[in-house]
Parts: sequence; structure tokens; C-alpha cells
Amino acid sequence: MIATYDNATPSGAGTTAMAVQCHGVDKDFGDGDTRIQVLHAVDLAVPSGELSLLVGPSGCGKTTLISIIAGLLDPTAGDVSLFGTSRSRLSERELIEYRAVNIGFVFQQYDLLPALSATANVAIPLLIARVPRTTAFARAGEMLDEVGLADRADAFPAQLSGGEQQRVAIARALVHEPRLLVCDEPTAALDARSGQTVLELLRRVAVQPDRAVIVVTHDNRIFGYGDRIMEMADGRIQRVRVRDGHAAVAPEEFPGFDPPDAPESQQP
Amino acid sequence: MNWVAWQMLTGDRAKYWGTIFGIAFGTLLISQQTALFVGLMRRTANQIDGVREATIWVMDRDVQNTDEIRPLSESDVFRVRGVPGVSWAVRYYKGLARAKVSDGRFRQVMLMGVDETTLVGAPAEMLLGSLADLSRPDGIIIDLAGFEYLWPGVEPRLGQKLEMNDRRAVVVGVCKAGAPFQTFPLVFTRYTRALEFAPPERNRLSFVLARSEAGRDVGQVCAAIDGQTGLLALSRDKFFWRTIGYYLRSTGIPVNFGITIALGFIVGTAIAGQTFYLFTLENLRQFGALKAMGLTNGRLVLMILLQASIVGSVGFGLGMGMTAAFFETTKNVTHLAGFFLPWQVAVGTAAAVALIVVLASLVSIRRVLVLEPAIVFRGAL
Repeated sequence: MIATYDNATPSGAGTTAMAVQCHGVDKDFGDGDTRIQVLHAVDLAVPSGELSLLVGPSGCGKTTLISIIAGLLDPTAGDVSLFGTSRSRLSERELIEYRAVNIGFVFQQYDLLPALSATANVAIPLLIARVPRTTAFARAGEMLDEVGLADRADAFPAQLSGGEQQRVAIARALVHEPRLLVCDEPTAALDARSGQTVLELLRRVAVQPDRAVIVVTHDNRIFGYGDRIMEMADGRIQRVRVRDGHAAVAPEEFPGFDPPDAPESQQP
Repeated sequence: MNWVAWQMLTGDRAKYWGTIFGIAFGTLLISQQTALFVGLMRRTANQIDGVREATIWVMDRDVQNTDEIRPLSESDVFRVRGVPGVSWAVRYYKGLARAKVSDGRFRQVMLMGVDETTLVGAPAEMLLGSLADLSRPDGIIIDLAGFEYLWPGVEPRLGQKLEMNDRRAVVVGVCKAGAPFQTFPLVFTRYTRALEFAPPERNRLSFVLARSEAGRDVGQVCAAIDGQTGLLALSRDKFFWRTIGYYLRSTGIPVNFGITIALGFIVGTAIAGQTFYLFTLENLRQFGALKAMGLTNGRLVLMILLQASIVGSVGFGLGMGMTAAFFETTKNVTHLAGFFLPWQVAVGTAAAVALIVVLASLVSIRRVLVLEPAIVFRGAL
């Protein structure tokens, strides 16, 4: 079965409660002659309860945009709101605290601490939030169970396969129950089977009614798992398409888009 | 997050022990060489420190240290006794003599002639015999290191004989005394007998040892002696530091030890700093991930300082332990006796190690502080 998608306005105005809203976001790097504008007046809205894919060719500005949404970079112009809180109204310290509480991260290279066991790695966001270690470890154990790694709780990253490490990273990203999950190329370092497993896991565990999930990817094998596909090119959102029961735009029309047959159970 | 910092640090065994080795090496070099230097400098003034009864040393104005002596006139002791504020004053001879042992071997010795009646200037700790035996004909007391030097392989005992200036001397006591800078055997005898052992000179009184009256300021009494006799009178402490100052200024010892100590500091800092920085560099992405996840710069700095403090403390402990083991091992070696680890050196070394740790961690801290958490999104942006 092939997923089908409808066109939607990039700003998402008039739809469901928005987790992320970007208004006229510009981002420049460098000064003078070396100045490069990476993002051009990006307007974007990401609702809760969906798995959104931010796709596009390398160098189109996906990573920069996701960094700004996650509060890791400041926009040169424009504003970003997360769950109704404007980024520009937060001080640097408030932003860090906001990030610690509300955002979970899954990185391409997993970035697990090699000296820590899977359980300890998963517990890190709770330790950052000053949760007592025993409580944090107990919660981390539950989370590992949820991602199917209960029997690997004491293993160190070097003893885990790439897919297992990414599942640990997903458990780490979700252990403190963030409202926004940001995943940067979560399948890029994985083979097809492992990548599929990771996306299935994200759909099963991460997608919640009050949580938004944004996945940055150019891996067209996983396009079929998205509820919303936001296509970027040259620092702009070119098109946003939303999956629903009646396809307005066939997925084949999406440049480079070749979604796999997703299992029935994966369809929203 | 302290637990995470600890796990990160000890998880990389090679760098953990590499950093500790750098600090331990620096600690060992700094503390051991400084303690040896302090011990060596103390030796230059041991003969002053050993005369506990006298608070004032009177000498020719040109004298700069205990080994460079311009003799006084015998009558100078009376002139000193006549100065108001002086409780008592006695003669003291100190000079080099050549000793010949029974098998014909010669050794240079440091000869000390103490006051006939009061025995002021005599050694404070006797190992064999007693001070009173100095009244016996030809009696001398020799220090343990000197005995072993003059009669190697012979168990310390009384009755050993030697000759100085063609005069017979008999060992009537073996004492424990602070070794001199030149490592010569120390021979104590009565003043008049010392003059018989010493080479002939017109004036032979080396020092007048005096004590100020109770309640009188030593400095004022010294000034009074200066003014009234034209001689140089110094308190024991001043003469002690004047002698050490002479050797500090006039020899290359401070430079040589200073270079070694500086090398210990530099090498310790370099090894510890480089290894610790490498550790930080290799964990940079992880630090970036922690920052992205909401760890503040302040808590990251605390993590790094904690890691640096741990390796600093362990390294300092190991290095200081090795230094202590060195002095513990050598304390019973006669010729090395007197060298020890002063607490001031331990404290100073701790301060130096703290500086090493701070320098080593500063570079890492700076690197982490300027780290953009966005680095975790596939490197440079």
C-alpha cells in the first residue's frame, strides 16, 4: 500500500494546534564578502500528533532550520514559536531550560557516551534535570524496555549494533517525555532493515497526540512513514504535503520521492 | 552529572592514567627536587643551627658565611663580654684540618673547638660516649657520617685514633649532627685542643658565641656589639639566612635545581594538559550533545573541573607518595640523612599541581565553552 498526501499551506494556519511555527526565518553565516544566506524567509508550521519529515537535497538548509527550531542556533531574522512560546522572548538561560524540558534529540551519529551503559545513557536527560540517579535509572530501564532493549540495558555503546544504538538514542530522547522530538538523519548510518525498524519505533513510541516529531532526512526509503512532508530547496520551504485518506498529490510527484510499501499497521 | 563526569573520565583508561602520570611525574620532580634543594641549602647553615645555646654570633665584618672565616683576636671575646646586654660570650673555633687515620689515609675534616668549661657549641645528640669525655686527653667527638667516612666498614665505636697536625686524637664520642655542605666529617673538641690540631695562624678565634640577657632584644644587643667592638654581630637567624643567601647568590645550585623544578612543572603541565585536552576533544561531540540536551555551560565547566580535580588529586597523591617513599628509603642512609620532605614543600607542590590542573583544564574549558551545541547536527554549520 502506498501512502498518499495532500498539499497544505506551509504556515499551517487554520489547522490543528501547532507545536512549531516559523515566521519569516532568515539565517546568514559569515560577514561581508563571505556572507552566505542559508535560509530565506522560512514560514513553517508543524502540528502535534504527527511525524513530520523535513526533506531536501544536501545543503538546502534542513540542518540549519532544525537547529533554529530546536533552539541551538539563533535566526538572523524572523521568529520561532514552540507550543505558543516565542523563541525571541526567552533569555539564553530560559531557552536552555526550555530545551532541556521540552525537546528530545536523536542524532545521526547517536552521540551516546561510550563510557556509559545503555541505561546510563538513557538516563542523561533526567540527570540533567537533577532527577535522583536511582529514579532516573529506573525510568531509563522502563524506556529501554519500551524500545525493546531491556536485555541490553547494561551493554556499552561499543557492544551494540548501529540499530540498537539508535534505539538507545531514541529512548534517551524520549525518557523525559519532551513535547518535541527532533531527529537528524536517524537512519543515515543504518542499513535499510535497521532504518525501517527505527522509523517503526518512532511511529510506535514517539508519536503522541501532544508531541510533535520532526525527522530531517534525505533517505527516501523512509518517506512513507511521515504524516507530513516538508520539502526544502535553496533555503526555502518549497512544498508541504499532508497524508490523509484522499490523496491530492500522488507521492510519485514528489521529487526523488519513492516511498516504500509501509506495513498496514504503520498507516495512521 | 558529577557521576557522568566521573564515568566519562575513568571510561577512557589510557587517557585517565596518562593524565595522572603527567601530574604524578610533575609532582615527583617538583617536590623531590625542591626538598633536596632545601635540604642542601640547610646544610650550608647546619653548623649555625646546631649551636642552640647561643643567640648571637660575632665575627669579622667581612664574613659572609660559616665557611669563609677571617679570625678574630683572642681578646675580642672580652670586648664582647663587656657590652651591656650580653649575658655571656665564649670562644668558638671552626676550620678545616687534615686528618690521618692509622692506615695512612688522609681525609679533610671540619674541626670545631668548643668552649672549655661550658661546652657551648658541642653536639646536642650523642650516639656513643658523652660530652664530658671531651676533657679526656686528646679526646674528640666525631659525627656518625664522619666516622663511617673515615673508617668505612667499621662499626661505630670509641677509641679509634687519628692524627691532626701531627697530634694524636682519640674518639671519645660519636654524635649525630647536621651534615655540612661539603660533607666533611665533623670533629668536635675543646677550644684549646682545636688550636693544637689547626694550622698555625696569628689569630685563630673564628667566632664569639654570645647570648643576650633575658628580656633584652637580640637585635639591639647585636647593634650594641657592632657599635662598641666594630665587629659584626648577627642573631642566629640572620646569620643562618646570610649564609644560605651567600650560597644562593654565589653558586649555580639554585639555577640547576630551578631548571629541574621548572622542567617538572612544564613537563607535568604539558603531559597532563595535552592528554586532558585530547580527552576533551575526543568527547567534544558528546559534550555538544549534552549542551543540546540542556546542560548549561556552568555545569559543563564544573564537570571538567571535577574531572581535572580527580586526576590532579590522584596524580598528586601518587607523586607525593613516591617522594615520601624516596625520603623514607634514604633517611637511614647516613650520608643522605637530614634530607626530608618539609611540609612547606608539600604545600607548595600542591599549589603548583593545582596550577597545572587549572592550566590543563583551562584549554579544555575554553574549547567546550565556545562549542556550538548545533555541532551535533552533522558537524560544522
